[in-house]
Amino acid sequence: MRKRKDHQASENEKPNLIGTFISVMLLGAFIIITWFGAYALFISR
Amino acid sequence: MHLHKFEKIWLVCGIGSLVVFLFIVGYGAFWQGTHPQSHGVTIDPYNIESNEAFKPENLGLTKVDDDKYIVNIAASAFNYDLGKDEEGNAVKTIRIPKGSTVLFQAATKDVVHGFHVAGTNVNMMVEPGYVSSLETVMDNAGTYTIVCNEYCGVGHHMMYATVEVYE
Amino acid sequence: MELAKKDHEQPSVQSLAISKPESRLYMSFISVAFISLLIGGLMGLLQVFIRSGKFTLPAGIDYYQILTVHGVILGLVLTTYFIIGFHFSLMGKTVGISIKQRKTAWVAFWIMVIGTIMTAITILFGEASVLYTFYAPLRAHPAFYIGLALVIIGSWIAGFVNWRQLALWKKAHPDEKSPLLAFMVTVNTVMWFIASLGVAVAVLVQFIPWSLGYAETINVLISRTLFWYFGHPLVYFWLLPAYMAWYAIIPKIIGGKIFSDSLARLSFVLFLFFSIPVGFHHQLTEPGIDPTWKFIQVVLTFMVVIPSLMTAFSMFATFEITGRRKGAKGLFGWFKKLPWKDVRFLAPFIGMLAFIPGGAGGIINASHQMNALIHNTIWVTGHFHLTVATTVMLTFFGISYWLIPYLRGRKLTPNINRLGIIQAIIWTVGMTIMSGAMHIEGLLGAPRRSSYSEYGGGEQVSEWIGYQMAQAIGGTILFIGIVLMVYIFIKLTFFAPKGEEEFPIAEEEVDAQPTPAFFENWKLWIGITVALILAAYTIPFIEIIQTSPPGSVPFDFPIGR
Repeated sequence: MRKRKDHQASENEKPNLIGTFISVMLLGAFIIITWFGAYALFISR
Repeated sequence: MHLHKFEKIWLVCGIGSLVVFLFIVGYGAFWQGTHPQSHGVTIDPYNIESNEAFKPENLGLTKVDDDKYIVNIAASAFNYDLGKDEEGNAVKTIRIPKGSTVLFQAATKDVVHGFHVAGTNVNMMVEPGYVSSLETVMDNAGTYTIVCNEYCGVGHHMMYATVEVYE
Repeated sequence: MELAKKDHEQPSVQSLAISKPESRLYMSFISVAFISLLIGGLMGLLQVFIRSGKFTLPAGIDYYQILTVHGVILGLVLTTYFIIGFHFSLMGKTVGISIKQRKTAWVAFWIMVIGTIMTAITILFGEASVLYTFYAPLRAHPAFYIGLALVIIGSWIAGFVNWRQLALWKKAHPDEKSPLLAFMVTVNTVMWFIASLGVAVAVLVQFIPWSLGYAETINVLISRTLFWYFGHPLVYFWLLPAYMAWYAIIPKIIGGKIFSDSLARLSFVLFLFFSIPVGFHHQLTEPGIDPTWKFIQVVLTFMVVIPSLMTAFSMFATFEITGRRKGAKGLFGWFKKLPWKDVRFLAPFIGMLAFIPGGAGGIINASHQMNALIHNTIWVTGHFHLTVATTVMLTFFGISYWLIPYLRGRKLTPNINRLGIIQAIIWTVGMTIMSGAMHIEGLLGAPRRSSYSEYGGGEQVSEWIGYQMAQAIGGTILFIGIVLMVYIFIKLTFFAPKGEEEFPIAEEEVDAQPTPAFFENWKLWIGITVALILAAYTIPFIEIIQTSPPGSVPFDFPIGR
């Protein structure tokens, strides 16, 4: 269904994903911080 | 199948972090002996007194050495049996000096129970037929509630005791 | 075998019409889910009230009876029915369903309904206050176990129909790759079948004979191991339908394309591999399992994080590519181009956000000895109220906003859309308060699955009760969200204006790289899955049997029977 397309040259280029990259890296940083937080609590008990 | 350059970096960093986490817990577990409790010691669930540790006179706190204690607990719905004091009353509170090494040993007479000295890492499942045990150093003074944290029936939330770690 | 419809025209997306009788089938499953939502939500409300210490239940109703209803009806009934309804809708839309298959699907539905009713009755009569994990040697009435077995058997039949649907489609389309959504449904049903074999064996071989008195004792550790062999893939059975929507439906809603068909399939295959051989991470603090094997399953558990890392990247990338195509500039300009006022997007998006702390918490839970920090504390309850009760539920709500009107020949009106946005916000506020309070209270040591108790007083406990007050507030807000959602469900089902709603299925880029043919190699995927399960479980399972203590006789008195 819906087979319209105005695909131009831009589609063949590598997509610019710098925002994605920063977002996932922030997500990764969050995971690392919470994990080490829990680890510190575990060690302190 | 094609991976974007950024996705490759992301996956390398992400998987790398997981490896670091595993290495840290693995080092603690295999080299420092901080595995979660898993001794595989069995006991007759119909007669836990057959094990020396769970004879009525051995329940509760026993001092084995300077700064070394053993606490034996018989769990049943809905009570932790920590032995009796001199007057013959059931012990509900255990007092341990700060910095002591304490071995907690628990067994159940009936269903599955939990044993958590809340606020510490002493957190074990207590299952019929097995002895649960965990050794810890009580480094932080305070009053800790022992709670049954596995559902054992209608009185589950009434199953508790207290550990006081004093200076 | 006739396919109800055939459609060869669509190169990248299969899109078939869904007939009235089909709609009725799919809606039946979904309706049970929403009825369950209301009942289960009400139980949740009662629980947070009781745990605040300000209320007691009338007429001698037991807290744990209510808790059993809550867990069974939301964790097992709502999820399974919604997922099967959604699975069938996706299969009907992408590969079609024959009349014979539809009839078989009705058999599955009725078997599940009979099982659900049997289970419900035993719980309501107080004969099964064993919680949804039904750990031995607490014994419920046999009808409880038989009912659960029927629900599982019904769900298998539904899965078999799905497999048959795809097989027939493939026969009719020899050299084509299977539609992405049909592929995903098949992965999820295969995983479900392999995983639920464990609990089925426990129920049929251990629990039913033992509860009827034919077997004197039960091996407790084996029953728990079989349960958790099933219990972890169970949560992925909930999650994967949400991922289906994220990968293949959300891109269409935001006006974009699928980021990568191959990577989506790869992540699902990885979920199939690593969802099952990981059950020991729920049993880390148990006395009878060798710690080295626990650690091996911890490593496998961490493997199952990888497809979620891939999914996170795919989601952001879909958003960014779509936003940039709409003219977004700068690092994060694409973020503003997302359709924030479309509830079909907003609700699942909040679900995605909730999976960030949900996933982070999950990694902590599975971290071997660190599990002692949170095991059986109310942190765990907070954790799965983020993952299943927010990530999965908000995505399911997001699906409902278009699927129900589509199936009912109605329209999602701007008015209902607005109500949906309010619903999603209420859910977010309520869950942030409730789950946040549960996480903190759990770190302080408070147990889960426990009625209100002061545990003999003490400072520690009074601190816990403060957080339970917060949970009561959050839980009340959530209940308002549930009532609103049920209202929206009724509105969309019976009263929304007639019309045509879109069934959004995203397409691939025109110049997308072809998906490798090996993804259709089911024998390979299932073979690896079984090999991993055998590798993770064979030796420890034999050890458990060889070192078994005497079995346990049933206990009725603790649950008030």
